[in-house]
Amino acid sequence: MRVGTQPAARRRRAVAAQLALLPMAITVLGVYIGTVLWSVRISFSSSKIFPTNDFVGLAQYQRLFNTERWIVSLQHIVVFGVLFIAACLVLGFLLAVFLDQRVRGENALRTVFLYPYAMSFVATGLVWQWMLNPELGIQSTVRALGLPGFEFDWIVSQDKVIYTLVIAAVWQASGLVVAVLLAGLRGIDEALWNAARIDGVPRWRYTLSVVLPQLGPAFGTAFVLLAVGVVKVYDVVVAMTQGGPGNASEVPAKFIMDNLFTRANVGLASAASTVMLLTVLALLLPWWYGRSVQSRREARA
Amino acid sequence: MSNVIIEALDIQLSGVSIISQLDLDVRSGEFLVLLGPSGCGKSTLLHSIAGLIDAHGGRIEIGGKDVTWADPKDRGIGMVFQSYALYPTMTVEKNLSFGPRIAGVARAEIARRVERAATMLQLNELLQRKPAQLSGGQRQRVAIGRALVREAAVFLFDEPLSNLDAKLRAELRRELKQLHKQLGATMIYVTHDQVEAMTLASRIAVMRSGQIQQIDTPATVYNRPVNMFVAGFLGAPSMNFVEGRLERVNGDTHFVAPTLHVDVSAYPFVNPPQHNLPTVLGVRPEHIALSPPSAAPAGRATIALVEPMGSNQIVWLDAQGVSLAVEADAQFTPALDRAIAFAIDAAQVSLFERSSQQRL
Amino acid sequence: MSAPPGRPSRITPARVGLYALLVSSAVFFLLPLYVMLATSLKPMEEIRLGQLFALPLHVTIEPWRQAWSTACTGLECRGIQVGFWNSVKIAVPSTVASIFFGALNGYALSFWRVRWAGALFGVLMFGAFVPYQVMMYPLVRALASVDLFGTLTGIVLIHTVFGMPVMTLLFRNYYAGVPSELFKAARIDGGGFWRIFFQLMLPMSLPIIAVAVIMQLTNIWNDFLLGLVFAGRENLPMTVQLNNVINTTTGERLYNVNMAATVLTSLLPLAVYLMSGRWFIRGITAGAVKG
Repeated sequence: MRVGTQPAARRRRAVAAQLALLPMAITVLGVYIGTVLWSVRISFSSSKIFPTNDFVGLAQYQRLFNTERWIVSLQHIVVFGVLFIAACLVLGFLLAVFLDQRVRGENALRTVFLYPYAMSFVATGLVWQWMLNPELGIQSTVRALGLPGFEFDWIVSQDKVIYTLVIAAVWQASGLVVAVLLAGLRGIDEALWNAARIDGVPRWRYTLSVVLPQLGPAFGTAFVLLAVGVVKVYDVVVAMTQGGPGNASEVPAKFIMDNLFTRANVGLASAASTVMLLTVLALLLPWWYGRSVQSRREARA
Repeated sequence: MSNVIIEALDIQLSGVSIISQLDLDVRSGEFLVLLGPSGCGKSTLLHSIAGLIDAHGGRIEIGGKDVTWADPKDRGIGMVFQSYALYPTMTVEKNLSFGPRIAGVARAEIARRVERAATMLQLNELLQRKPAQLSGGQRQRVAIGRALVREAAVFLFDEPLSNLDAKLRAELRRELKQLHKQLGATMIYVTHDQVEAMTLASRIAVMRSGQIQQIDTPATVYNRPVNMFVAGFLGAPSMNFVEGRLERVNGDTHFVAPTLHVDVSAYPFVNPPQHNLPTVLGVRPEHIALSPPSAAPAGRATIALVEPMGSNQIVWLDAQGVSLAVEADAQFTPALDRAIAFAIDAAQVSLFERSSQQRL
Repeated sequence: MSAPPGRPSRITPARVGLYALLVSSAVFFLLPLYVMLATSLKPMEEIRLGQLFALPLHVTIEPWRQAWSTACTGLECRGIQVGFWNSVKIAVPSTVASIFFGALNGYALSFWRVRWAGALFGVLMFGAFVPYQVMMYPLVRALASVDLFGTLTGIVLIHTVFGMPVMTLLFRNYYAGVPSELFKAARIDGGGFWRIFFQLMLPMSLPIIAVAVIMQLTNIWNDFLLGLVFAGRENLPMTVQLNNVINTTTGERLYNVNMAATVLTSLLPLAVYLMSGRWFIRGITAGAVKG
C-alpha cells in the first residue's frame, strides 16, 4: 500500500493514523488491561473501603471461598447457566429450523421471536416478576379459571426461584440464538434438501443428519455469547428477585457489586471479580483455539 | 424399460405459467439434452420430472409407471445438481449409502451397490474422504454414484458443468459421454451451452419460453433448424441472417437481397414458394467460401475484421451494412478493407419466412 | 391408462406439528407484552381481581400519566420522565461518540499500517468479553480523580469506552469488504488520512452506520449497571429509575403504574426494533461473528 510520495509526507500520514488510534490505545491499555491488572493486584491486598497497598497473598481468596453467599452464588450460576443455555439452544434451534421452512407469516413470526431481545433485562425481569406474582399473577388467574390447587409460587420459593430467572432469561435471549442460527442456515446449500428428497430422506432426518452438523460454528458462537451472558447476569436478578428470597437467587455479579459498593469489601470483591474473569477466559480460549484451527484448515484446503 | 413420457404438462410458479401443455417423449437409453437460454423453463421441466416441483396439470410417466404425484424417491430417478449437493459432513461412502440406509435396505446389499458404483466410477480410493477434499471431477462422479447406488433408471443433470472452467468442463464432458456409453442409462441433461448439447446429446430439445421449439438429433437441429431462434442458438459463431425476397423466374427460385443472390431452386420447400415472399436466408460461416475459384459468386463485400482462431480464422465481411461471418482457412491471408467475392453453398442454406421466422 | 391419483395432501402431521410449535412459541413470546399493556390500562380495582389475562373492562390511561409525572423514583416523585430525558441525554452522545471512534478505529486498522495496532485490536476484542465488575472499581476511582464520576460526561465516556470493541469490529469488518483500490485511488488523488476518512469512507458507510446506531442506541438505552454506577443521581437513566419505582416503593404497590412505567421504558428500543427490521438482525449477527 505504499504510494510514491515524499518521505516527509509519508511520515506525516503515518503519524496521523497513529494519532487517530491513540484513543483506542489508551482504552486498551488504560481501561481493559490497566483496570484488570489493578483489580487483580487489589485482590491480593486487604482493602476494605479504600484500596490499600499491602500484600496478603491469597487471603482474600480463602475468605471468598469460605463465604457462604459466594459459594451459594456459584451454585446458582451453574444451575442457571446449564438450564438457560440448554433451553436457549434447543428452543432457538427448533424455532430457527421451523422458520426456515417456508412457513406463512415468516416475517411476522421472526419479529415476534426477536423483539424480547430489544427490551432491557430490567424490563424483562419486572414483567416476569409481575406475571409470577402468586397473589395476582398466573397462579391466581389459573386458580380462578377452575384449577384451585394450581401452584406456581416459584418466585417466592427458596428452591424454585432460580427457575423463574431461567424462564425470564430464556424468554429474552432465545431470539439471539434464533438470529445466529438463521444466519448459519442461510449458508447451507439449498440443493442439499433437493438431493435429500430424491434420496428419500424425511425432513426431520435431514435436519438432524445434514443441517445440524453444518451448524457447528454457529452453535459455537451462540454458546459462547450465552455463556458470557450467564457469567455477567445481573440486571434481571436485581429487577426480578433482588437475589431473594434471602440468598436463594444470589449470583456472582450481584455478590461483587454488593461487596464493592454497599458492603465496602473491595479486596474481597476484587478477588471474586478475578475468579469471574478466569472463568470467562476458560470458556473463551477453547472456542478461539478451535476457530483459529478451523480457519487454518480451511485456508489450506 | 426406462423411458419418460410427458403429456400436456402445465407448471406454474408463483402464479406465473412457466410451462404450458408440453409434450415430451424420452426414449429408453438415450441422452436427451434440454437446451435453451436462462428462463426458458428447462430447469423447471427437469425439476418437475424429478418431482421437486409439483405440476398443475398433465401427466408424467417413467418406465411405464404414472409418477405425476409420486414423491421424488419413488420415481426411480437420480439427480446431479449444479453444485453437486454432496452432504459436506459425510464421507464419500456415507454420501453414497445415505439414501439406501434411510430406505432400510439390507447392509450387505448397500455394501454391494456402493462397491459396484465405486468401481465403475473409480471412487474406490476416495471412499473415506469428505467432499471438501475432492476435486471437481471427483465430486461429479460421487454425485453420479449417488444415483447409481439408488439403481436409478433415469439420470437427471441440472447444468453440472456450468460452474467449472473451460478445460475442466471439456474433460468432464468426455467423462460423462464415456459413462453414458458404459451404462446405457436414460439421461436427461439441462444446459445453456450449445457445445455441451452438441457433443453429448443423442437428441437435443431446444426450448424457449416454456415451449420445445425442436427436438431432433444434433445434426438435424444444426443443419435443418425449424425456426430462426433454433438456427441462431446453435453454432458459434452463429448463423448469418440476411433479409431479402424470393423470386420465381422461369420455374427457378432465387433468393435476392441487395447484397447477394443465391439460386435456391433445389431447396426442399415445405410448401411451394411464393413470389416476392419476404424471406430471411440463413447460412453458417463454414458454408461461405471466399474468392471462389470456379463457382459463380453470390455477392461481393469488404473485409471488415479478422479473428484468428488458431486452427482457422473468422473473417467478418461488411456487405453494405450487413455483417457476415465466414469461416476461412488459417492459410488464407485476407486484405482488410478490400472487396472480395464470396460464394454460398446453396445446399446448406436455411430459408425462413420473415414475419413468422419459421422454416420454409 | 389409469387416472392420476390426485395431489397428495399438503397437511401432514409434521406440518401441523410445525405450525403448532411456532404458534405456541409466538404466544409464549407475546404473552408478557400483552400482560404489560393490559395491566397498564386497568384501574387498581380490576388488578386486585387477580385476572392477569383479562382485557381491561375500564380502560384508563391514568397509570401512564402517573408513571410519567408523579411516580416516586427514590427521594423525588416527579415520575419517570426525568429518567426518559436522562436516557436521551446519555444515549445520544454515547451513540455518536462510540460510533465515531469505532469507525475511526476500523478505518485506521483496515487501510493504514500501524505496527502495534494489530496486537491492540486483538486485546480489544478480548476486552469485549471481560465482565464489567472486574473493571468497575478502578474506573470509579479514575473518574473520581478527575471529577467526572457521577457526571453526564463521565457516563458518556464509559459507554464510549465499553462500546469500542464491538463498534471497532463492526467497522473493521465492513471496511474489509471495501476494495483497497478505492483507497489507493484516493491517495493518488492527494487525500490524506482525515480527508479520506471524512469525505470518502464515512459517507460510504451509511448502511453499517445504520446498523451501529440501532445496536448502540438499543444497548445503551437498555443498560442498567453502568448507569447505576457512573451516571450520578441527577442523570440516572430510565432503566435505573424504573427499577427504583417498582422495587423500592413502600405502601401499596401500584401494579398498573409499574407496568405503565415498564412500557414507557421499553418504548424507544421497541420502536427502533420495529422500524429497523432486518437491520436489527444484522446488528446481532455482526456483533456475534467475531473476527
